[in-house]
Amino acid sequence: MPEKKNLKAKTGNEAMAEAMRQINPDVVAAYPITPATEIVQIFSQFVADGLVNTEFVAVESEHSALSACIGASAAGARAMTGTSSQGLALMYEMMYIAAGLRLPIVIAEVNRALSAPINIHGDQSDTMGARDSGFLQIYCENSQEAYDSMIQAVRICEHPDVLLPATVSTDGFIISHCMEAIEMLPDEQVKEFVGSYKPKNWLLDVDHPFTLGAIDLQDYYFEHKRQEIEAMRKATKVIKEIGKEFGQKFGRSYDMIETYKLEDAEAAIVVLGSTAGTAKVVIDEMRKQGKKIGMLKIRVFRPFPFDDIREALKNVKVVGVMDRHDGYNGYVPPVCSEVRSCLYELDKKPKIASYVYGLGGRDITVEMITDIYQELLSGKTDTNTKYIGVRE
Amino acid sequence: MANLKELSKRPELLSGGHRLCAGCGAGIIARQVMMAAADKPVVVANATGCLEVSTTIYPFSAWKTSWFHSAFENAAASCSGMEAAYKALKRTGKVDKDIRFITFGGDGGTYDIGFQSLSGAMERRHRMLYVCYNNEAYMNTGIQRSSATPLGAYASTSPVGKVKKGKEQIKKDLTKVMVAHNIPYVGQTAVGYWNDLTTKVQKALETDGPTFINVLQPCRLGWGYNPADTAVLGRLAVETCFWPIYEVVDGKYKINVKPKEKKPITEYLKLQTRFKHLLRPENAGIVAEIQKNIDENWAWLQMMEECSNKAGV
Repeated sequence: MPEKKNLKAKTGNEAMAEAMRQINPDVVAAYPITPATEIVQIFSQFVADGLVNTEFVAVESEHSALSACIGASAAGARAMTGTSSQGLALMYEMMYIAAGLRLPIVIAEVNRALSAPINIHGDQSDTMGARDSGFLQIYCENSQEAYDSMIQAVRICEHPDVLLPATVSTDGFIISHCMEAIEMLPDEQVKEFVGSYKPKNWLLDVDHPFTLGAIDLQDYYFEHKRQEIEAMRKATKVIKEIGKEFGQKFGRSYDMIETYKLEDAEAAIVVLGSTAGTAKVVIDEMRKQGKKIGMLKIRVFRPFPFDDIREALKNVKVVGVMDRHDGYNGYVPPVCSEVRSCLYELDKKPKIASYVYGLGGRDITVEMITDIYQELLSGKTDTNTKYIGVRE
Repeated sequence: MANLKELSKRPELLSGGHRLCAGCGAGIIARQVMMAAADKPVVVANATGCLEVSTTIYPFSAWKTSWFHSAFENAAASCSGMEAAYKALKRTGKVDKDIRFITFGGDGGTYDIGFQSLSGAMERRHRMLYVCYNNEAYMNTGIQRSSATPLGAYASTSPVGKVKKGKEQIKKDLTKVMVAHNIPYVGQTAVGYWNDLTTKVQKALETDGPTFINVLQPCRLGWGYNPADTAVLGRLAVETCFWPIYEVVDGKYKINVKPKEKKPITEYLKLQTRFKHLLRPENAGIVAEIQKNIDENWAWLQMMEECSNKAGV
């Protein structure tokens, strides 16, 4: 751990751009979209100032941004991009292809609501739409986590047991545009941590030509998909190892989930992203009044940490799962659905309540989270999803 | 300009044994392009389409060079990424060879769904040769109309019926659109002119910048003719001036093949079932319109060549 902390005031977007500068990818291809634009805008200045060796491709759409990254990665380059919302939605087709071709591309992603109605503020419906694309999904609570997770993501994705792409997400505006003090690592330490990209097969290795992207019919497709599924399963171990190594080297360890005061908790919420920070304030306040409450933050949603979640929540009496996206009359929204499924294995199942909050960037306040805890503690929960802070 | 004997001695980067139809023009184009390109290592990007599905049925591949496919609408974008990777890796010393990039797309993947990514790649000046194998419809999915389908042609989504007489609109002139990108080399040619195609490919690959060649590709299935007549159809398209062979080098127009006598368009139409209905007397008006469009375009092209010569550009 460095003796003196190198603290810098950075927004989430700046933190991600700085991480990209230090990673120094071979190719970045990107297209502007609020609120993620700054990431690649700042990065293109790094290119203009000669601070990176990157070939920056200012493409004509997000579809082409990810397509160019896919081409670059297949060619043998470390490739990255940044986007949000509609931009990610335009990439959906190519996300499945990046994962299926096993290309370790990292997307700096800023969570923003999907149209319509058009809205530029934060919710998690964009990445939830890519849930089954084969991308690893890391959700960050603050700028520090965004910075650290970008650096780890490169190593995780390029690990030979994984070879899958990832989105590293921050909540739109709440993190992307909020300035915080973050500890930045020295350039050379990041360089050493991420190492260089050494693909086994790469198209520019013209002495060993190969075909990538062949048509794969009934006789092979399933096996290739099965391998991809297995790689996602194996990613859990890799994410934990690299999170631990990061902690040993730099003092901040990471895991699939983070728990907060769960040990003796009777009621807990499960949450992704920046709302975890707000929940911690609520927990500290309510614990002063003797309320036994805690929180489970899901940092990695794909692969889904079902073992860790089951272990962490096995003694909790009631769990409230907070989704910043809705499943449109699925039994419960996506995060709740997954949590509920993995807790079903427990002999003594906690009660589960579902909450949808913050769509289109609607504020989630200390008071709202306090109310959720009070409802959970009251024993008066039911199976219907509650919509927080909306005019019904 | 290579002669046939020299050309036949070049390495074949697209091997036989692929599953394109008998008489398929796309295979002829890809083979000749790759023969012309074999001087240097070449990496190929392919849009989804006949050429892609028929040459790479896993675990087989007809390609003896690095070959990549990811989707339908993005061949030029994925090739942009490969070319950017090449620049970056050459700078850092991970690649030391001189590599060329070729993108293949059908007319659907080029004129329509891939039009945006093609335009972007050309504007960004990536050094790549984009070859459109243009069979004037979506042949891979069963002959649906594209913006390259000519006026009056039958296609399965512009069928001939009691009211409709095939495609009701004229085709997009993509070659002109590519010229408007002010790229250093744009060429138009057809199957049946191997010398012209291979010469154009070599010129394009020598050009330091984005280049585009639009190759008319008779499709025996979609056009409806005897598979032995693929080259005959390509030649008739040129001899009727339906598809002139020309190039635009740094803005200067040159017609590479000038028919001694412009044949009437009916000579071309009558050999293809996609135009069969046009030969009925009640559709004479459509044929006349097709002929008028050909005559005007041919006159325009000659004027452009003349202007280029006069201006000495």
